[in-house]
Amino acid sequence: MKTVLIYGATSAIAQATAVNFALDKWKLLLVAKNENKLNDLANDLKTRYSADVSTFYFDAIDDATYQKSFDEALANAGAIDAVLIAHGTLPDQEKIASNLDAINREIVANGVSVVNLATIAANYFEPLGKGMIAVISSVAGDRGRQSNYIYGAAKGFVSTYFQGLRNRMFHKGVSVLTIKPGFVDTPMTSHVPKNFLFASYPAVGKKIFEAMKAGKSGVIYVPGFWRLIMCIVKSVPESLFMKLKM
Amino acid sequence: METTLSFGNYPKQSNQNLIKYFWYNDLQNIGEIKGDILPYGLGKSYGDSCLIDGGTLLDISGINKFINYDEETGILTCYAGATLADCIDFLLPRGRFLPVTPGTKYVTLGGAIANDVHGKNHHKAGTFGCHVTELELLRSDGTLLQCSKTINSELFAATIGGLGLTGIITKVSFQTVECPGPIIESESIKFRTFEEFFDITQNSENYNYTVAWVDTSVPGRGLYNRGNFAPKSRQKPYKSTNGKMLPFPLNMELINPLTVKAFNTLYYNKQLSRIKKADVSFEPFFYPLDAVDGWNKAYGKKGFVQYQFVIPFDNYINVLKEIFNLITRSKLSSFLTVLKTFGNIKSPGMMSFPREGVTLAIDFKMIGDALLKILDESDNIVNSVGGVVYPCKDARMSPENFKAFYPQWTDFAKYIDPKFSSSFWKRVTKE
Repeated sequence: MKTVLIYGATSAIAQATAVNFALDKWKLLLVAKNENKLNDLANDLKTRYSADVSTFYFDAIDDATYQKSFDEALANAGAIDAVLIAHGTLPDQEKIASNLDAINREIVANGVSVVNLATIAANYFEPLGKGMIAVISSVAGDRGRQSNYIYGAAKGFVSTYFQGLRNRMFHKGVSVLTIKPGFVDTPMTSHVPKNFLFASYPAVGKKIFEAMKAGKSGVIYVPGFWRLIMCIVKSVPESLFMKLKM
Repeated sequence: METTLSFGNYPKQSNQNLIKYFWYNDLQNIGEIKGDILPYGLGKSYGDSCLIDGGTLLDISGINKFINYDEETGILTCYAGATLADCIDFLLPRGRFLPVTPGTKYVTLGGAIANDVHGKNHHKAGTFGCHVTELELLRSDGTLLQCSKTINSELFAATIGGLGLTGIITKVSFQTVECPGPIIESESIKFRTFEEFFDITQNSENYNYTVAWVDTSVPGRGLYNRGNFAPKSRQKPYKSTNGKMLPFPLNMELINPLTVKAFNTLYYNKQLSRIKKADVSFEPFFYPLDAVDGWNKAYGKKGFVQYQFVIPFDNYINVLKEIFNLITRSKLSSFLTVLKTFGNIKSPGMMSFPREGVTLAIDFKMIGDALLKILDESDNIVNSVGGVVYPCKDARMSPENFKAFYPQWTDFAKYIDPKFSSSFWKRVTKE
């Protein structure tokens, strides 16, 4: 039986991905901050899919829990085949734009903690010469916009780190996958008005599972049309882009 | 907020908030919300029983995880936001099914209990509430109460069919039933008069599921559908259609007297022979309208009302004729009219609608006062023969008639959570 470790397991996209792993009979190591939610999720996966699930605590803004949670999960399962780092928060840009503490917290939650966990996973997989490290980054990290640039900056940091990690791990046999979802209709975006660009989280979760199972290395946009959208967004000259309201 | 929060899209109400919940854990502190609150599921109640003018709807459809399934007893426990469609996906591959199902699988368990829904097997199995073994109720003061026929039994009885007013139903345990597979052996029989309907009903004792569609343009004629799950040898593997629906083209007003008459005539004549037998999937059999998402939009911007009542068996044919006369005289027509007999299995629900007799459900496009006046007249007829009208479909019954239909409402009111109310409840209990 293969084992997947999922950080931020209670997020909607991570849950949808976990369902696909459960249907494919992987052992699930689920990590998140809220233990009540984790227990609800674990019970659901056990009841519906007879999944083999264990749960672990971690807090993205408490660095003492990064290595600890990984070690606990590893000790529980004996071996890990794939890691998905899916935790994150979507801050209200206007509210935090001038607040240093809030900005730092968001950068740690969405950026620093992710890079720390990816490093811990790489340290584990590198000597084994196999494994899969996947991260949920975002199209928001492709270009800074006034409406979302703290979150975007943290995601951009993650995407760049993963480019480098992928380059390094390519020579070690470890897959490194950057997932960039576009707009997804989840609890995290429940306050945002929806339009045709929004994808459903079950569909996104299925794509992530398929890419991870296939051992894909590289960058995937989910849904795929976001690659084209972001290609256009990135190609707008900065002299023009800065004048736009996005 | 622009509101299409009730299925009939009438009455319109814009003065309310809606909070979405995704985790049981987040339901603490509902007592701190300002003003009246009301739990909300998938908004399939037709009228205003799922609305709270000036208050806040607590949308718990996101709290939908499964909690446990006991293979020995067949009791399934879920959070109340889980839908019947979710339960079917889980149960059918295990050779099990819902004990009772209404005409759509897109309702939450909480909603199924709050309205004590019934289905085509009422004469054999009673209402959904008859099969609830336990539920958990969250009151606005933060207390969590386990309720069953033996524990907190009065609150249990008040909550089944209690229109969401006794607190939030958070967890539900219910008894599932054995099921050989997704295929139903069905039979559709034409009838030309209510007397024929009566005869077919008498001869349908061996059928677990029965319902009839009637043509309002030619009162008395219709199609009687009955069926049972087919034996194992004729079953097929189950493939879920959960969430797979054709979207209804936006805001196209399709329903008018002409299309209704044409539809009714075509539907009645789609079957040439008197009896048609076929093995069909349970989905078109139980949920013919689930194939199209948002079919209710076909009634246009003004919306529609559904009117359902039950009357005792005594002399019911004459009462039906009287009500149909009223409808045809006023040139109202109905797209979907459903006739069924209820059996004598009593629900534990204090305010439950189903009871022994004949029930008729009719859709009317909202055309204003003329319609409301006729429905009031019909209420009076129903009341005079000891029948009742169904609250979860109602948008218009008078306080006088409600209080006559449900004289136990004053007892029930004692169990209402002081923070909970609904537009329906305020309307029908007005002095």
